Amino acid sequence: MRRSRRDPLARIPRAVLVPAALALLLLVGPLVALLVKAPWAQLPALLGGGTVLPALGLSLGTAAASTGCCVVLGVPLAVVLSAVDGWPSPLRRLARALVTTPLVLPPVVGGVALLLLLGRVGLLGAPMFQAFGFQLPYTTAAVVVAQTFVGLPFLVLGVEGALRGVDRRFAVAATTLGAGPWTRFVRVTLPLAAPGVAAGAVLAFARAIGEFGATVTFAGSLPRITQTLPVAAYLALNSDPDAAIAISVVLVVVALVVLVALRDRWLQGLAR
Amino acid sequence: MSRRAPVAALLAGAALLALGGCAQDLPASSGSAAPSSSPTLTGSITVDAAASLNRVLPALARSFEQEHPGTTVTFGFGGSSALAAAIVSGAPVDVFVAASTTTMRTVSDASLTAAEPVVVARNRLEIAVPKGNPGKVTGLRDFGDAAKTVVVCAKEVPCGVAATQVFALAGVTPRPDSYEPDVTSVLTKVAGDNADAGLVYATDVRSAGSTVEGIPFPEAGKAITDYPIAALKGSKNPALAAAWVDWVRAHESDLQAAGFLAAQ
Repeated sequence: MRRSRRDPLARIPRAVLVPAALALLLLVGPLVALLVKAPWAQLPALLGGGTVLPALGLSLGTAAASTGCCVVLGVPLAVVLSAVDGWPSPLRRLARALVTTPLVLPPVVGGVALLLLLGRVGLLGAPMFQAFGFQLPYTTAAVVVAQTFVGLPFLVLGVEGALRGVDRRFAVAATTLGAGPWTRFVRVTLPLAAPGVAAGAVLAFARAIGEFGATVTFAGSLPRITQTLPVAAYLALNSDPDAAIAISVVLVVVALVVLVALRDRWLQGLAR
Repeated sequence: MSRRAPVAALLAGAALLALGGCAQDLPASSGSAAPSSSPTLTGSITVDAAASLNRVLPALARSFEQEHPGTTVTFGFGGSSALAAAIVSGAPVDVFVAASTTTMRTVSDASLTAAEPVVVARNRLEIAVPKGNPGKVTGLRDFGDAAKTVVVCAKEVPCGVAATQVFALAGVTPRPDSYEPDVTSVLTKVAGDNADAGLVYATDVRSAGSTVEGIPFPEAGKAITDYPIAALKGSKNPALAAAWVDWVRAHESDLQAAGFLAAQ
């Protein structure tokens, strides 16, 4: 006990430490390179151009909104998916595969698919456009929809995993004590799934704030309306690579600050 | 897009090299001098080119490969600026064809071109509308109409620079719903009927086939886009790279058949 506390790594075999170090290098190396190569001296000038701050605000706002959508829509879906464990296996596998699809779809293809569904000539979009003259693409709401589309699987899979680890006898006990389905869901299932919800929400937020392909394809790129930070970074890459690096630094720093803050304040409180 | 092709091409090239080595022994043993007009070209090159060339250049490459058996030309198509940025950061590319002289200059200024870039084609903008023109678009003026859904290229890419020029010439203040990152995504939005109109190159309208219709406008003639080509210094196969540049220059009429304007 005491020895392991002094050097926690001593307990781990070396064969594990080497790939772990490589993984860390692969994850952190590019970020370090980005920070080393960043044009720090020109950073204020590059960022003060009037495109970065609105894009940053839009990114934070839409990512927060889409994370909220992911939680509101994803938790119930995860509860349903974990409840149908008794279904025949092919059906269950199909359901899970469908939920995972947005993860394997190239984001640009996801954006095209969203257009085919919600665009003004899309399956659902066409009747909406004909009835109200409203089209979702090119609006801030479209950015939130695109981000929710790509972030939702992270939340659903995270929550479903957490629910699987939950002892079912809690729910049974609640029922025998007279709890109805709603009370059981709110007072028993949700608290038990909270760590999964928190972890899934953090992943969904991270995925949303970095979203580029589906956003630009489905929502477009208009400053202050649909031009999020990753879209601004990509456009800057075409004309001014230094500005693109500067924007990327902002993106990384903001994402890190948000994730660390969430971990400290919210995630830990829920997890333990 | 695919970067796996060069590996296959390399393998194929190596195999052909081995075969060629065997074949060369034959004339030597029979004592006859093989009539060879030029040093034998072999191996493969990678050509990075502006997205608007993604139909006409592969067709040219097929005839080039037939003329020079044992050679392979693979392509990376994309936005000129992004391709140039990759080349400046050391991407292993043999020939670059940009949709803008300014973009080519970022590569030549970095002393990465093997020879002076040469313009092989030119292009002009055209208004693209979905089939049937549902937005009843008639000209550039419609891009200032807030009631219409219109998309253009972002100012950071060559087609956006040309768009800014034609709007200034026409005295139109555009109110686009989106500044797209490249001409392909403008075309995608128009072709899918998710926009009433977009500004693209005339060749894009043609290659999109029946899904879009083109509306030419007079100001386009004053914002012509040049397509310079240059072999790059870092090429591992400079002879083939130079031969490919010559081939494209000798077949400029093929580019014109695809809708491009003559270089001069």
